[in-house]
Amino acid sequence: MLSSMNALLRRDLRLAVRHGGESLMPLIFLFAVIILVPLGVGPGPNLLASIAPGMIWVAALLASLLALEQLFRPDLEDGTLEQWWVGPGSPAALVVTRLFSHWLITGVPVIVFAPLAAEMLYLPDSALPTLMLSLLVGTPILSLVGGLASALTLGTNRGSVLLSILVFPMVVPVLIFATGGVAAAAEGLSASAHMGLLTALLILAVTLVPLATTAALRLNIE
Amino acid sequence: MGGTLQLMRILIETSQATFSRAGEPVFEPIDLSVAGGRALVVRGANGAGKTTLLRLLAGILRPSAGQVKRHAPVAFLGHLAAFKGELSCRENLDFRRRFSGTGSGMSNSRALARVGLAGLGLRPARTLSAGQKRRLGLAGLLVAPAAVWLLDEPYASLDDDGCTLVDTLLADQIGRDGSVILSTHQRQPELEASPEVLVVQRHAQGG
Repeated sequence: MLSSMNALLRRDLRLAVRHGGESLMPLIFLFAVIILVPLGVGPGPNLLASIAPGMIWVAALLASLLALEQLFRPDLEDGTLEQWWVGPGSPAALVVTRLFSHWLITGVPVIVFAPLAAEMLYLPDSALPTLMLSLLVGTPILSLVGGLASALTLGTNRGSVLLSILVFPMVVPVLIFATGGVAAAAEGLSASAHMGLLTALLILAVTLVPLATTAALRLNIE
Repeated sequence: MGGTLQLMRILIETSQATFSRAGEPVFEPIDLSVAGGRALVVRGANGAGKTTLLRLLAGILRPSAGQVKRHAPVAFLGHLAAFKGELSCRENLDFRRRFSGTGSGMSNSRALARVGLAGLGLRPARTLSAGQKRRLGLAGLLVAPAAVWLLDEPYASLDDDGCTLVDTLLADQIGRDGSVILSTHQRQPELEASPEVLVVQRHAQGG
């Protein structure tokens, strides 16, 4: 089973590298938001610092949404998805692997470049650790929730509208707790309550999403 | 061969298995059992449920009634060859080998040569013709060996040469005491011992 997961992960990353430009989209999104918003709202450090957590988080959310439409669809169309049920690997483990590679491709680049983005937006240094923690805990939730929505909309012909409508309400709590925590840290308050709730959401998503996603995929290949 | 003296081991069997779509069974319940070293040809009219039966045997579909028992690893080759067009033939075969977790398959170059694709290992799979894609699918069966082959229309889009190739590969698989279940509506496999035939009957609409 580990060999199937390993094979799938390596192939997903190889395909991401081969698609090149498409895989850079999360970063392009992040920096488009970081560069364009100050042009629109004005470059005042106080204003930018107060909206920085929200901007970085919205960029992370959009970056995660971008690749969702293509998360399972190519595999459904070329027949590789049905092979998940033929091989020795458990389909739920393969779903987890696929969601992990989605996170590696859309979440990790945003996390890596978040300190630079935070610096460009005058986010106080004291809030940076909380921002990084919120991204580390929160972006996997985006991939998990998005993966479930992607699997549910696989049967619809153009699922992207439905996909967005499904994802947005489910990620609102993530956005609220993450940005609330960073804002609290910027004002010198404790963010542990926010981070605790965010972690609880992650645990909930990790527990339930793979099974639900596997069931949704199964309905689509039948 | 020793295989004929031993009691043949059943590798895959069903009892009264059927699959329902929208509450209606697709075909009449099927009882089958295929032992190592045996082949079974599934025949039936268009829409009778040949592909559905093979997907049911592969484990992609769950039986709505009855049982499907797999006693050995299976490989399923359907209409979609399950290859990524962006990756080369070699990379696709490497994936197939690792994904199936079996270490004893043929090397890529041997498998490609066996199916008549020698020298095309570095070509992206999307540049292959329909017939070559089918041949790559057959190479996938060689790099990731499984005791039971489930082949859906293996002769489709292959030339005469390719059809003969399928027959040889089938004979090899049977010679290794593996099992083959294939659906076909055009060509009967030419094998030493003529395979059993199962005719899938479309479920009679009630009422």
